[in-house]
Amino acid sequence: MNTAINSYRAGPDERGHFGIYGGRFVAETLMPLILDLETAYAKARTDLAFQAELDYWLEFYVGRPSPLYFAERLTRHLGGAKIYFKRDELNHTGAHKINNCMGQILMAKRMGKTRIIAETGAGQHGVATATVCALMGLPCVVYMGAVDIERQKPNVFRMKLLGAEVVPVKSGSRTLKDAMNEALRDWVTNVDSTYYLIGTVAGPHPYPAMVRDFQSVIGRETREQIMKAERRLPDSLVACVGGGSNAIGLFHPFLDDPGIKMYGVEAAGHGIETGQHAASLTAGSPGVLHGNRTYLLQDDDGQVTEAHSISAGLDYPGIGPEHAWLKDSGRVTYVPISDTEALEAFKLCARLEGILPALEPAHALGHVIKLAPTLPKSHLMVMNMCGRGDKDIFTVADALGVGL
Amino acid sequence: MSANRTEGRIERRFAKLKREGRAGLITFTMMGDPEIETSFEILKGLPAAGADLIEIGSPFTDPMADGPVIQAAGQRALKAGITLKKTLDLVRRFRATDSETPLVLMGYYNPIYIYGVQRFLKDALGAGLDGVIVVDLPPEEDDELCLPAIEAGLRFIRLATPTTDDKRLPAVLAHTTGFVYYVSITGITGAAGAGAVSTRDAIARLRRHTNLPLAVGFGIKTPDDAAEVARVADAAVVGSALVSALASSLDGEGRTSAGTAKAVLDLVRRLSDGVKAARKKEVG
Repeated sequence: MNTAINSYRAGPDERGHFGIYGGRFVAETLMPLILDLETAYAKARTDLAFQAELDYWLEFYVGRPSPLYFAERLTRHLGGAKIYFKRDELNHTGAHKINNCMGQILMAKRMGKTRIIAETGAGQHGVATATVCALMGLPCVVYMGAVDIERQKPNVFRMKLLGAEVVPVKSGSRTLKDAMNEALRDWVTNVDSTYYLIGTVAGPHPYPAMVRDFQSVIGRETREQIMKAERRLPDSLVACVGGGSNAIGLFHPFLDDPGIKMYGVEAAGHGIETGQHAASLTAGSPGVLHGNRTYLLQDDDGQVTEAHSISAGLDYPGIGPEHAWLKDSGRVTYVPISDTEALEAFKLCARLEGILPALEPAHALGHVIKLAPTLPKSHLMVMNMCGRGDKDIFTVADALGVGL
Repeated sequence: MSANRTEGRIERRFAKLKREGRAGLITFTMMGDPEIETSFEILKGLPAAGADLIEIGSPFTDPMADGPVIQAAGQRALKAGITLKKTLDLVRRFRATDSETPLVLMGYYNPIYIYGVQRFLKDALGAGLDGVIVVDLPPEEDDELCLPAIEAGLRFIRLATPTTDDKRLPAVLAHTTGFVYYVSITGITGAAGAGAVSTRDAIARLRRHTNLPLAVGFGIKTPDDAAEVARVADAAVVGSALVSALASSLDGEGRTSAGTAKAVLDLVRRLSDGVKAARKKEVG
C-alpha cells in the first residue's frame, strides 16, 4: 500500500472490495438476493424520503443525537488528554446497534420482506433487531450461540419479551460465528420472504458499506458536537472492534482529516501469547469467511479457529473488511486490550464517571487509560461509549468472584 | 488454454453414460470422516459399488450451505486431522487404483485460498483430481479460482439454483466447465427434496442455456428419489443420505465400526440400481 490514497472514504468499489478485502463470497442461492439488496440500497441512499424517515425514527424513537460528554473526572484522574465519551449507550436499547437496525428495517419494508432474521453475539444486536421488528410488526428470528445464550441471559429474555424467537446454535464453537452460519442457512432456505439483518460491518457486499453508512451517524454527530464544544476537530478517536461497526461509524466521517489518529481496540482475551483472544487484526491473517475476505483467526489449513473474549460482542474470529483495509493502509492503528485490562477499565469508569460501560467499550476505555496519560492536556480524545454494561453485570460479578 | 480443450475424465464419463443411455450416479463422501483410512476405504470401493462420478468433501469449520448431517461429518473429519494436503494425498492413492472415475473436490474457498491457488491447482492436477465445486465462489468472484482453474485444466463446476433466473443463468454458466450442478431446492444440504415436476421444469430451463451435462442434487435420499432424477437429468447427486448411513454405523464414541464402509457402499449399490433402472422403467 505505498501508492498515495486520495480518499479513505471512497470504498468499496462497485464489486464491494476495499483493496483486496470484502467481496461477495456466498452460495449462488444468495447471490440474486444480495444483488437485489445492493440495487435497493443504492436507490434508498439517494432517496430524500428514505433519509427523512430514518432521521425521524432516529430522533424520536432511538433518541439521537446522543450526547458528546466531557469525562472530566476520568480526564483529571489520568492526567493527560481531554477525554470525551460519545454516549451511544444512551440510545434506546442501550447500544449503537439500533442505528443500523433502524436503517435496515426500513430497507426490509421497502423491499417488501415479511420475515426478519439476525445473528447476535452479546445479544445487543438481537435486542435491537427484536425491538425494530416489534415496532414495525414483523416476525423476528434471532440466532444465538448456545455459549452466548448462557452468558447473556438478560438479553435473551429481553428478546423474548419483544416477541422474537431466539434459536440456540449448538454447532461449532457455539458463539457469534456459528450464529452467523446458521442465519445464512436460514436465509438460503427462506429466500423469498426473508430479510437478513446483519448486525455488523461484515458479510457480503453491500452489508459492510450499508451498515457503515447507518452507523456513520455517530461520527457525523461527533464532528458537529466537538466543533461546538471545542471549536476544533479532535486529535484522536478510540473505539472497540469486534465486527467493527461502532468503530467504523465513529471513524468514517473523519478518515480524510489527516491530523486525527484513530485506534481500533481488539479483544486480547487472556493475552495474545496464550492464543485465547479475538484479535484478528493483531494476530490473524487474510482469509475468506461469511461472504468477505478479511483478517481471520485461522490455522495453516485455512480452518477458522475459535475466538475468546470476556466480551461476547467482541468474540468473533473475523473483522469487517474495511477495517482490514484501514489496517493495511496504516490509516487506523489497531491495538489489543485483555480481559483483565477491560475489567479494570469497567471498574474505574463506574466509580469515576457513574457509568457502567458494556464490556465491549470497556476495551476501548482500557486503551484510553494507557494512552491518555502520555498525551498533553491540549489533546482532544473521543471514545465511543457504544453500549451500557447492565447486560454484563453477571459476567463481571463472575470474573470478580462475586456471587449474585 | 489447451489443457481445458483436452477431453478429460469427466467428459469421457458423461459420453460413456450417454452411449449406455442412462444417467449417472454421483456420490459424496467427506474425506477424513470418521477417520482418514476408513474414508479412503469407502472412496476406493465407490466405483465398484456403482458411483459413476465421485465428489469428495473437503471440510471447513464454517460450512454455511450445509445442513447438520454434513456439518457433523466435517467436524468428525477435522477432528480426525484431515487437511487439504492430506485430501490430495488420498486422491493420489485413489488414482493408483482407478484411472477413469472422475473425482471432484467439493468444499469452501478459504482452505484453498490459504493453501495458495496456484499451488493447489498444480498439486490437485498432479494428484489426479478432475474438478472442483466451491460453494462460496459465485461468478462475481471468478478471478479468484474459477479462471485460473480453467486455465490450468481443472474443471470448475458451478451450482445453479432455483433463484438463478434466466437473466442470471448466462453469467453462471459462462465459466462453468465439466458439468452443471443444479441444486434443486433453495436450502441447505440434507433438506427435503424438490418435487419431480419442478425438477423437470428446471432441467428444461437449463437445457435452453447449456449443452453441458446436468447433475441434480440436494434432497435425494432413496433409490426411488435417485431414479426420479435420473429420468430427467444426466446425473443424480447423493450426499447427506450417504453421510447419514455412515454416521449411523459408528460406535457410541463416533468411531468406525466393522460395518462402516459396507453401510455406505451398500446404499451406493442400491442407489446405483435405482439410477440404472430409471429409464428402462420409463420405456417399459
